[in-house]
Amino acid sequence: MERILSLQDVRFTYTPDDPDGRYAVDGVSFDMQAGEWIAVVGHNGSGKSTLARLMIGLLFPQEGTVGLFGDPLTEDNLWEKRSQMGMVFQNPDNQFVGATVQDDVAFALENNGIPFEEMTLRVQGALKQVKMDSFLDHEPQHLSGGQKQRVAIAGALALRPRLLILDEATSMLDPQGREEVIRVILDLRERTGLSVISITHDLEEALLADRVVVMNGGRKFAEGTPQEVFLKGEALTALGLDLPFAMRLSSLLGEQGIHTEPGTMTERKLVEQLWTLRSNR
Amino acid sequence: MDIALEQVGYTYAAGTPFQKKALFDVNVRIPSGSYSAIIGHTGSGKSTLLQHLNGLLKPTTGIVRIGDTQVTKETKGKQLKPIRRKVGIVFQFPEHQLFEETVLKDVMFGPLNFGVKEEEAKARALRWIERLGLPEGTAEKSPFDLSGGQMRRVAIAGVLAMEPDVLVLDEPTAGLDPAGRKEIMDLFYELHEQRDMTTILVTHSMEDAARYADHMIVMHDGTDVLQGPPEEVFADAERLARWRLGVPRTVSFQRLYEEGAGLPKGPPALTEEQLAAYLAADFAKGGGAS
Repeated sequence: MERILSLQDVRFTYTPDDPDGRYAVDGVSFDMQAGEWIAVVGHNGSGKSTLARLMIGLLFPQEGTVGLFGDPLTEDNLWEKRSQMGMVFQNPDNQFVGATVQDDVAFALENNGIPFEEMTLRVQGALKQVKMDSFLDHEPQHLSGGQKQRVAIAGALALRPRLLILDEATSMLDPQGREEVIRVILDLRERTGLSVISITHDLEEALLADRVVVMNGGRKFAEGTPQEVFLKGEALTALGLDLPFAMRLSSLLGEQGIHTEPGTMTERKLVEQLWTLRSNR
Repeated sequence: MDIALEQVGYTYAAGTPFQKKALFDVNVRIPSGSYSAIIGHTGSGKSTLLQHLNGLLKPTTGIVRIGDTQVTKETKGKQLKPIRRKVGIVFQFPEHQLFEETVLKDVMFGPLNFGVKEEEAKARALRWIERLGLPEGTAEKSPFDLSGGQMRRVAIAGVLAMEPDVLVLDEPTAGLDPAGRKEIMDLFYELHEQRDMTTILVTHSMEDAARYADHMIVMHDGTDVLQGPPEEVFADAERLARWRLGVPRTVSFQRLYEEGAGLPKGPPALTEEQLAAYLAADFAKGGGAS
């Protein structure tokens, strides 16, 4: 399978002239295959946002390499590589330039010199993919947070990216908005096989990913399937991360003498076990 | 200090083609010393309501009572100053409002502005900087050299240094990580208990409302549709769904469990601890053996 992203011993510090300076990202390596969804989690200050900036070439590492679509990322190929990536950031209000939803989605296409007819098709197609195609002429500032982020995703999709990077794209949204955005991403992956990196501290969101990378103090603390990673339980809580609801509840139930299978991560599985345990009593 | 809104309406840009009715017929009472949560879908009017709580907006119709002071359409700007001293608001992303050269100056700004003497303002600022758990030496730093989470704490210290009787929190933990979120919410709760403050939390998090509030106000389409303790508000998930609101995760899990186990709906479990205790009690009753 094709390698979309490859980080090798990446080190980065914001204070390169200070010999005692701390490395914000300190020797991180991981690979991503086409079609994967990777969640990068970690508390504020763990290095995950710096990692995101390194992946998109907003920063370059002092040591190690960031590889994108098979080549090391350099100042020279930055724009060519970046044109294959879509990015959505945290604050939905800081990402709008167009006066209407469709103008906004068209903005980057126009910058890339896409002919008008194709542009129209792509804009409508992208808005349809995020289920915002009935809002073409709405003003972005009057949309809800979840709708705004869906429009931002459409703006990224219109460029037909091979990799979509979400940098805490759901952290400012209300629960409905978060669900809308997550549902759209799940749906996109299902239908298009788009590769997604989501940088998040929402572990329920991370549960849906194929693989989770946990960052702490600039280093990779753990990497694996959600199942493998969350089994670390208290080691993650100690880093200031929060376990999924079903795991927290399981551990409280354990204290009450109700023992469920270790590593039960979804509410559905937990409630099913409880029903069984209850009827066997 | 009781706060009450009586038949409050508010129209943005009244008398222009852009006028928009944001609130109508709002009747809300926030008892002194309560921890009240205001919930509502985006666009329900909760942000407009919040701005009435310290006179940032004056009602287009009706009366807002804040302690002994009344605010109506006619109230003059300078009459609002005493209210602003008593009601502190922590807005969403308050760190965007930091502006001073040092953290100390920034935190002192509010108290100084309200006539607190320099020395006292400094003492208060240092006290709150420490209370917010900021590392030693932060006071002399530029707020812009701090991390996002630390900047948030500085901004909150600035509001608390005014030592308000009523603290209004608008999504105070948005964008923070889980550990930071819990620390800040626990701190507000501690202050609420120790200082006998009235706390008003505007939130999207049903979990926070359930865990911390003793009183809730539900807003929908510009007016209040339900007020009561969280036990009552969260008892009926279908009703909340009509206002495009959910119940805390604990309650949805509890309902799922009850349904599958053939149990009647019990009182809603407001915290994970309560839910675990509820499930354990059901198991102790003999569960399926009954």
